[in-house]
Amino acid sequence: MNGTNGLLVLAVLIGVPLLGGFLRGVDRKLTARLQGRIGPPIWQPFYDFLKLMGKKTLISSRATLAWACGYLALTLLATVLFFLGQDLLAVVLILGFGGACLALGAYSVRSPYAHLGANRELLQMFAYEPVLLLTAVAIFLKTGSFQVASVFRQEGALIHSLWPTFLAVLAALTIKMRKSPFDIAASEHAHQELVRGVYTEYSGKSLALIELAHWYELVLLLGLVFLFWARPWWAGLLLAVFSFFLEILIDNILARLRWRTMLYFTWVEGMGLALANIVYLNLIRGLL
Amino acid sequence: MGLLTKARVKSPWLLHFCSSSCNGCDIEILACLTPYYDVERFGILHMGNPKHADILLVTGPANRRNYKVLQNLYAQMPDPKVVVAVGTCACTGGVFHNCYNIMGGIDKVIPVDVYVPGCAARPEAIIDGVVLALKKLRGELEE
Repeated sequence: MNGTNGLLVLAVLIGVPLLGGFLRGVDRKLTARLQGRIGPPIWQPFYDFLKLMGKKTLISSRATLAWACGYLALTLLATVLFFLGQDLLAVVLILGFGGACLALGAYSVRSPYAHLGANRELLQMFAYEPVLLLTAVAIFLKTGSFQVASVFRQEGALIHSLWPTFLAVLAALTIKMRKSPFDIAASEHAHQELVRGVYTEYSGKSLALIELAHWYELVLLLGLVFLFWARPWWAGLLLAVFSFFLEILIDNILARLRWRTMLYFTWVEGMGLALANIVYLNLIRGLL
Repeated sequence: MGLLTKARVKSPWLLHFCSSSCNGCDIEILACLTPYYDVERFGILHMGNPKHADILLVTGPANRRNYKVLQNLYAQMPDPKVVVAVGTCACTGGVFHNCYNIMGGIDKVIPVDVYVPGCAARPEAIIDGVVLALKKLRGELEE
């Protein structure tokens, strides 16, 4: 690894959580404003993180902390690979295994609430993971390479020909950002469903690490949205910001749905759109 | 004030336990979460999980039937933590004080840091009590 890459990795390791935490703060503030409340300060997620780091460790199973670290490490790896312009397929798969770590950590304690939450978390992954994989395939078909960097060598924006895939990614983003109507593993607003769903048995430091991993994940996903309009870069940035605000709006105007609706929505509508897009791209290539 | 102490004071997560209360105080606690009082502007979140909570709000007197649940919840909260007794019943037993199943205020069962009197305690009083609890948390940490 040369010097520039090293600097880039360092920038990602430090800059991404700062950006992610800030975005989470904006999220909470905006949500409060949409509900007619004043809301917490923008820096609230950082206070929460610091406080959780400072709590006494209370361990119900040592494996939970290990899996929480695994979740953070894999999400971090995926984020770094993404920002280094590496293989998109590898990024999606590593991110998927990271998500599984969260559920496995919840399974490693004998708590029925954590188990139910973990079941639902796996169900959510089952819903969004194929969409993300198909997105990587669609980008491959368009650019001829799975490398993230190849998107930047492409003339014009991907969204012109990949807009159905982009719509599918928006659906996956709702699940991955843990937003209503698909926040079934642990409801983010009430903080009380199934005690706390998949997070029930995580506390103190392990919960703080999970929160940190969520920040990395958020920026990574917005990065994925950015790829759809990578040139010019400001259009991609606008697209990412627009998607972020759209998710917050959807979160606040929609009630939560059951898991069947989520699976139906992502598998039939989401995957349907992405697959139709891929078939169409291949058709064009065959004709030309 | 150190950064960690500041973070602790800025991000108190509540756990609410109803120990044989008449539900009057519980409704006032829920009123604190509505847009009118909006305690989230102080970083306060209402948690359903003792393992994530910093402040335990208890309404109603301690009774022989479920005092063990209260002790269990208290034990499950990681340190540092504070306990607020909300309402006259939680403070002393209140109107229930001489019932056959009542042990008295919840300080008979777990250590209490702040007492909020009132029947029912008003939302303003509950917020005041939580602020006092935070001061206590800060004072304890600086000693």
